[in-house]
Formats: sequence, structure tokens, C-alpha cells
Amino acid sequence: MSISCDWPQAIIGVLLSQNVDLVAHVPDAGHAALIRLAEGHDQIDVVTLTSEEEGVGLLCGAWAGGRNGVLLMQSSGVGNCINALALPEICRIPFLTIVSMRGEWEEFVPWQIPMGLATPKVFEAMHVEVFRATEEQHVAETVDAAGDFAFTTRRSAAVLLSQQMLGAKQFKEG
Amino acid sequence: MLERRTLVDRLLRHRPDNALTVSSLGSPTWDIASTGDNPLHFGFIGAMGQAAPFALGLAMAEPNKRVVLFAGDGELLMSLGILATIANKAPANLAIVSLDNESYGETGGQSTATAGPTDLEAVAKACGFSQTCTATSEEALDAVCDQVWTAKGPAFINLKIVCGPSPLVFPHSFDGATAMNRFRDAINKLGQTQGSYGRSNESEI
Repeated sequence: MSISCDWPQAIIGVLLSQNVDLVAHVPDAGHAALIRLAEGHDQIDVVTLTSEEEGVGLLCGAWAGGRNGVLLMQSSGVGNCINALALPEICRIPFLTIVSMRGEWEEFVPWQIPMGLATPKVFEAMHVEVFRATEEQHVAETVDAAGDFAFTTRRSAAVLLSQQMLGAKQFKEG
Repeated sequence: MLERRTLVDRLLRHRPDNALTVSSLGSPTWDIASTGDNPLHFGFIGAMGQAAPFALGLAMAEPNKRVVLFAGDGELLMSLGILATIANKAPANLAIVSLDNESYGETGGQSTATAGPTDLEAVAKACGFSQTCTATSEEALDAVCDQVWTAKGPAFINLKIVCGPSPLVFPHSFDGATAMNRFRDAINKLGQTQGSYGRSNESEI
């Protein structure tokens, strides 16, 4: 597989194969292509949230009604979700999230470091199984594995898209 | 000011057979339990702030069923942003009944912001809810019934209620998985609706 594989398109394919037709997000540059693809897909509903924790309850309610969803967020949003993550755990509702990492490889904004470092620990503390994707060619299979874990065992799973793969955010003028 | 148990009982008497109801943690869940057990109701006992997002997801998954959330003012104030999210998605089948006693009733009756200048109906209206109203008396209750169960949503019905203790009535189970399985099974038994139930790939092994 070429090094520049179209992993956002591959994620869309995996999500549809997992019967995921609801994408909730607080946008991040690392998720921009995936969000654009979801918005352009006629089988996928997209919900733009005001804060990440809304996505936890939203996806839980949707599952109660028979729909599978995914929450897209940046690592800084993971901390906003902590108490909300009690809901899928205590109700044994499948919960899947894909997190674009900040505060890692080549990060130059110090404000991103604390939550970037804490993200896997926060998930671990709230019993969310962490799946890491560090290379483009492994993204789709990682999302597939996390989706299987979540939807077939009714537990919470998070895919962390590494900053080394996404590239550190560049600030451009204009 | 309205008495919460009386008004919840009166509103639920008009509940359509296939309506789905949700309540936020604390008193709203005890209120609904006091009217009797219904498997088409899911009551939160924790995860404060999550009841309205949950109701939105449910309304999006079940677009042909009425979804009504009964939520306290403290619950709604904790996640005001979701009102903007809901209005932006504009689910026509969703109504939120705000049980506004202007206080945190479960923790000693401390005042909420609605005891001060904050007006939850005005917030919902400004966020873009298509139907909003406030009722403070029994006479006004009949008029809001249509907004709760039939009017095109998203609807926000703010009910100003008296602050004070009510008898504790607990729901069917405190265990989340037990309650969720029962709720989901009850929805499933209502039958398939257009484009909604039956798409989960969950393995029932």
C-alpha cells in the first residue's frame, strides 16, 4: 500500500461496514477530511457539537434507538468527556471515538501538552480500551478492530490517531 | 407555581402508546417512577448533563416516535450548549419539559441561576427551538400538553414548579445495563420504523 494512502476515505468504508451512520464531532484539523467526507455522504448523519461530552450521551441515545455512531474529537476534548463516560459503561452501551492527538510529536503549543499526555490515562481510568494508529496504512484496520470491540462486546473503545502521522499543526498567516 | 408530581402525572396521562420518554437524574426520574412503571421510559440516575444529548440521539434514531425529555433546571444549566446543538439539528419529534424549581433539590435546595436572572425558555428560544413556552399555573397546563406530545419540535416547555421535598419513588432498577436492556427491548417490540431500528450489528449471543 502506498505511503500516502487515503486513510480518511478508508475510515468511512470501515464505519459503514460497522453500520455506523451517525458522526458526532467537535472539529479538529486532523479530522477535517473525515468530517468533509461524512458530510458529503448521503447515508451518514453529522452532528456538530458545542462540546465533546454531548457526543457521549448523543451516541448512547442513538444506540438505544438502534443506531451506531462515532465521536470525532481532538485529544483536548477527551477531558471534557470524563463523567459522561460513566453512561456507556454503567449501561453497557457500545461507544466508539476517534481522537486526533495533539501534544505529541513536534508539538510547539505548550497548552496542548497536558491533555495530550493525559488522554490515554484518562481513557484507561474510565475503562475505555485504547487502540493506537501511528501509520497511515494501519488506520483502517485499527478503526475496524476498535469498532468490533465496541459494538460486539458493548464496551467503550478509542482510536488515537498519532500526531506523528497527522503532522503537527502549522499556523499559517492570512 | 405548579406541584411537580401532579403535573407530571397529568402530562403522562396524555402520553401516546409509542412515545419514548427520558428523565434526568434525581427528582425527574423519581417523578416519572411515581406515575407507574413503563418500559418505554429511561430514567437517568447519574451522568448529570447527559440526558438532553441522549434524548437528541434517541430522537434522531427514532424519527417516527415522539421523544420527550423531563429534565431539571440544574441538569439543563449544566449542558446549555446542547440546546444549540438540538436546535441546529431541529428534530421535529423531540420535546424537552423543563421542571424548573429554581434549585438543586437533591442536594439541599441551593439556588440555581433560574432563581436569578436566567430564563431557560428564553435560552431555548434564542438557540432556535421552534416551539417554546412557560407555564406557572394549573390552568396553563392543558395548553402545553399539545406542545409536549404532538406539536412540531424541537419544543421546549418550561414549567415553573414549587421547590420542596416529594416522596422518594425509585425506578424499576438502579442498574444501568438492566434498565437499558429493558428500554431497548421495549423499543424493539414496538416494531421497525422507517430507517431506524434494526441497523445495529450488535451480536446477541
